[in-house]
Amino acid sequence: MPKPLPSSIDATQELLSNDGYLADRPLSTVVYLALKMGRPLFLEGEAGVGKTEIAKVLSSVLGRDLIRLQCYEGLDLAAAVYEWNYSAQMIEIRMAEAEGVDDRDRLQSDIFSDRFLIKRPLLQALEPHKSGPPVLLIDELDRTDEAFEAFLLEVLSDYQITIPEIGTVKAAEPPIVIVTSNRTREVHDALKRRCLYHWVGYPSAERELAIIKARKPGVGDDLAQEVVGFIQALRGQDLFKSPGVAETLDWVGALNELNAIALDPATVNDTLGVLLKYQDDIARMEGSEAKRLVDQIQSDIRLRAAE
Amino acid sequence: MAMQPTAANSNKPPPTGHLPDNIMHFARVLRDTGLPVGPGAVLDALEAVRGGGMASKTDFYWIMHSVFVKRHEHTTLFDHAFEVFWRKPQMVEQLMQLLFQQVRVETAPAKKKAGNKRLAEALFNQDDAQSQRERPSDEVELEGEFTSSAREVMRNKDFEQMSADEERIARAAIARMRMNRLEVKMRRFKPSRQGVVDMRATIRRSLRAGGNMTSLAHKARQTREPPLVVLLDISGSMANYSRVFLHFLHALTNDRSRVQVFVFGTRLTNITRELKRRDVDEAMELVGSHVDDWSGGTRIGHTLREFNRKWARRVLAQGAHVLMMTDGLDRDDVDLLEAEMARLARSAKRIVWLNPLLRYGGFEARASGIKAIMPHVDEFRPCHSLNTLADLAEVLSGSRNETHDPQRWLDGTAVDPRKTDEVRP
Repeated sequence: MPKPLPSSIDATQELLSNDGYLADRPLSTVVYLALKMGRPLFLEGEAGVGKTEIAKVLSSVLGRDLIRLQCYEGLDLAAAVYEWNYSAQMIEIRMAEAEGVDDRDRLQSDIFSDRFLIKRPLLQALEPHKSGPPVLLIDELDRTDEAFEAFLLEVLSDYQITIPEIGTVKAAEPPIVIVTSNRTREVHDALKRRCLYHWVGYPSAERELAIIKARKPGVGDDLAQEVVGFIQALRGQDLFKSPGVAETLDWVGALNELNAIALDPATVNDTLGVLLKYQDDIARMEGSEAKRLVDQIQSDIRLRAAE
Repeated sequence: MAMQPTAANSNKPPPTGHLPDNIMHFARVLRDTGLPVGPGAVLDALEAVRGGGMASKTDFYWIMHSVFVKRHEHTTLFDHAFEVFWRKPQMVEQLMQLLFQQVRVETAPAKKKAGNKRLAEALFNQDDAQSQRERPSDEVELEGEFTSSAREVMRNKDFEQMSADEERIARAAIARMRMNRLEVKMRRFKPSRQGVVDMRATIRRSLRAGGNMTSLAHKARQTREPPLVVLLDISGSMANYSRVFLHFLHALTNDRSRVQVFVFGTRLTNITRELKRRDVDEAMELVGSHVDDWSGGTRIGHTLREFNRKWARRVLAQGAHVLMMTDGLDRDDVDLLEAEMARLARSAKRIVWLNPLLRYGGFEARASGIKAIMPHVDEFRPCHSLNTLADLAEVLSGSRNETHDPQRWLDGTAVDPRKTDEVRP
């Protein structure tokens, strides 16, 4: 069932939180505007801060289909937009031959018709959907090359795609487009210009705590607080890759599985691999450093409780 | 300029009064501070405000932010501009003072934030800001300052001889230089005579012939140049070389796509944008005003670390090749250097080290910095003369050459390439 778009920034924030996505005010603002203005939303940020998640949540709270296009180097039209079903086409040609059809124009229009068209994500997104315009997630755009970006310009500005054999396919209603990038390279300005841009950062301690509670309801208060304290402290360290929200949630899950009620240095050491994905970082944090951090946040929490 | 902060939190749908005007002025200020703000963005801003539902100034801020800012780096600049333009008109006066009181004792700049200077220049008349603009941009121009040590003087002398004539020759040679292209295969296809069968084209071809399978169309993988990342040492000991290299890099940047150039001495600066100017002198001037650690010390380890943290993941994607131009003389922190080189080697497809020290016949990989870098590079080459500069083209074409295998230098079995083609100074 298509649901109406939110009518204000507050409504957007609430809508997202209904499905457990706790967006801060800036993010809600930009999401609201993107929906309102019918513009693509370009989200950039470190891995694991919830860029992809927002598309999933939007599709579920708005009751729309989610169409996902995962980008990779060398992504081309055949994989992203459409492809012809060659074997079926060949059979059709043979059959036409056998029947003695000699009208070339007819054959041409038969062969290049909807029937033989294999639709890939971008084309699917422009088609009418029962539940209203779908959410189109173009994930990790920075992985693809400039040629594909240039192609996206037409899609994102006019919501149309030109297929030489058929003509132009235009969306009756534009899909909700979310583009994400990890910034492994700079995406061209021409593309960004057509989008609303937002940098998704790491959440504050309170927000992160709320996220844990929303996503992992079974976790005890104390553990959640200690986890957040530890992770926030970790982000302050000079690491090659700081843990994102996704890692936080994974870690909480892992600690839960291990039946931990509070952090202790040994458990932290054993599960550090859930948080840190570079050997340098792990080596740096292991042992005494982890212990120091755990001690520090535990005394912080005690202090705050005493106040 | 209408500068009064308007009632940004008016809830009425169509922006009335001065708001549209002010947004336009604000956009102009942003543009002058260097944010790429086009007329389209202004229209977007008006539409966004109209669509609004703004409940507070913070909302207004984020609405403006979402429309005008297209890059994460621009946020700081935007922040200050927003602060000054919409929130604190009295700060405009402070900025004025900052501009005019320059000659006097520095009383005004209580807290100088990054971007304030550019903002001040943008807010006020260009002429007023002129004095502010005058940066020591001559330093750039590579008219080599003589540095201290005696050996340095020797080297300078030697370069002096060539600098007037040779530099002109060098430039001409650089302009003539043909760079062989290293091409790697992409995953994209293009029509070709050989290769796999292109079904789409084949079917179209057969239809043209009335449905008969006449001939097969083929396609093959496209090739393209891999991205190139250049790390150029501009510290004192490299000063004489880096100027020639900069000219070379200018030619390179304008010749092929996907080149990123960084210079480092005590810190790392990305000068890719500055080098993109077509005019070489203009480019050099820009680079000069942008970099402020010319001819200073070297901290290769630290700058590499900065590169690895801040840039490696952004510029080393898609199989980038790295060209390092440094003498490797870093006594700073060898362990750090070693560790960071190892990391760089893990994220780069190939590292070529160009070391001007190789000009000396008796060069041996003895200095601790050199020893730390050497195991992690794929190729080790000289680069101190026009000849070797011309060889760079070969480096970039990717042909491997045993003479330049770094292992030979570590083993001490390297043949000195100089003995064959050049006389020692």
